[in-house]
Amino acid sequence: MTPVIEIDGLSVDLGGRRILDNLKCSLSARTIGLLGPNGAGKSTLINTLLGFHKPAQGTARIFGHDVRTEIRAIRNLTGYMPENDAFIAGMSAVSYVHLMGELSGLPPEAALERAHEALFYVGLGEARYRKLGTYSLGMRQLAKLAQAIAHGPKFLILDEPTNGLDPPARQRMIRLIREMRESREMHLILCSHLLRDVEETCEEVLILKQGRIVHYANLEEERRSNRKFVEMETVGANGTFTGDIEKLGCACAITGNNRVKLILSEGVEIRDLFKVAADRNVQIRRLNFKRDSLEDIFLKAMESDAAPVSAGAKGVSNGRL
Amino acid sequence: MAVYKRSYRGYAGPLTRGWSRFTILPRYAYRDLFHSKIMTAFFVLCFAAPLVFLLLIYFANNFASLASMFQSHDVKSPITINGDFFLTFLNLQGVLAFILTAFVGPRLISADLANGALPLYFSRPFSRAEYIAGKMSVLLMLLSLITWIPGLILVGVQASMAGRAWLFANLWIAWGLFAGAWLWILVTSLVALALSAWVKWKIAAGALLLAVFFVSAGFGDAINGVLEVRWGKLINLPYLLETIWRKLFRVQEISDISIPSAWMMLLVIGAACLFLLYRKVRAFEVVR
Repeated sequence: MTPVIEIDGLSVDLGGRRILDNLKCSLSARTIGLLGPNGAGKSTLINTLLGFHKPAQGTARIFGHDVRTEIRAIRNLTGYMPENDAFIAGMSAVSYVHLMGELSGLPPEAALERAHEALFYVGLGEARYRKLGTYSLGMRQLAKLAQAIAHGPKFLILDEPTNGLDPPARQRMIRLIREMRESREMHLILCSHLLRDVEETCEEVLILKQGRIVHYANLEEERRSNRKFVEMETVGANGTFTGDIEKLGCACAITGNNRVKLILSEGVEIRDLFKVAADRNVQIRRLNFKRDSLEDIFLKAMESDAAPVSAGAKGVSNGRL
Repeated sequence: MAVYKRSYRGYAGPLTRGWSRFTILPRYAYRDLFHSKIMTAFFVLCFAAPLVFLLLIYFANNFASLASMFQSHDVKSPITINGDFFLTFLNLQGVLAFILTAFVGPRLISADLANGALPLYFSRPFSRAEYIAGKMSVLLMLLSLITWIPGLILVGVQASMAGRAWLFANLWIAWGLFAGAWLWILVTSLVALALSAWVKWKIAAGALLLAVFFVSAGFGDAINGVLEVRWGKLINLPYLLETIWRKLFRVQEISDISIPSAWMMLLVIGAACLFLLYRKVRAFEVVR
């Protein structure tokens, strides 16, 4: 599969500080999630992909276009929904989206037609002649989405799209993102603090911490693999117990509080686990089928002070369990 | 996509040419500006002076025949159409152009900065230079319409009435009008845009524009008075322009500062404005 984003040793300095440090990854999913705590460098990465910041070292490519040399070509392909309020004073939503469509290169008539369509699509059809200043926060988020998609981009960057939305508005935004993903007309990159949003919409996830990639997960591959994840709460579990389970062919790890997480291999039944436990005198107090949530992955990535990960579509261990 | 379908689809139609996109900004800006009745009324008022000057040209060229209607013969016209006449016209229209700039200019960039709109512009195939060109052309076109365009029409009318000989002998007036008006337009537009980008609040930017033109003039005179020097005039922007205009219109020069130093100062001011625009007009401001 052709990579959507290739980042090759990318470092970015801002205000004399290194914000992104030697990032390397190759991402090709239709929806890519970008996670990280505040100050991790998510927005800087997005801004660098849009050509707002110049790389200090290395480069990044979107659909093969280099951000250093072909930024206009990248912007031709891109739609961007910024995190903060971004509108033109005194304009109605339809004029705003119309203007943005024209600036993206659409002829005036086509831009106007698509402005109406985009506003209907995001659910602002009835309010499209109202001034943006009179919109609620949720409506403004939708208007920002409309301007980002009006020109039919092939690559859409959504920076915190569900910020400040109430649950129904958030659900609507998530549904729109999924619909756009399923239309197969564009690739999306979603930057969010909300793990649930990323989990619900993204196929690949990149976790940043202090300007470095600390984890890469291909959620879609995980979903497809249909592996059985089991979490056990035990008393007396130790290395011998996990060693015996691994002998059954299961990947296994002990986490804190005597919790054992494992992936059942083909042909291994739950009764085999109880048998091993009985042999090793380990009590199984509770047993759940549980897949690692994105939250587990995220927290683990945040806890680890591991060396930066080179992420990519090929040959990267997801590091799950 | 028909509205009833309400599903997402890409766009595969034709695109406009990249170089022409800066003209989109003035189109939208004018739509917004002329919503204001005050603005529209003032803009119309700006054409009153050209009409009066047109009548004066008519009277000057037909004074003898008009006087003969009242049985007066051998009377000379009190109005002479020369460099002074067109310098007066330019001075008057320059003041109106300044008022128009003070009304329109401060809101051009400050509104976008205050509303965080710059990332929206620059995430598109639309550069900072195109953005500034677009915003500047709002003022350039508006101010051209009330300065050098009616000025050259007046020259044309005078030439048609006074004959080809007058035109060839006074071509420098047309040049002076054109160059002088453009100088004024460029300086006021650059200063207005730079202040609009710097202050981010249109009211403050408007006040600062007035301060740059009038307070600096007073400050320059104070420097001259206290230090008993003449270079204080160098920070008096209207004086700098007046100095150059007088040279262009071959009117008696004022001697506090030399023409090259006036040009140099205008270049410095222009460069400072461009630098300010370059620093401030960015998708994101990096806080150190």
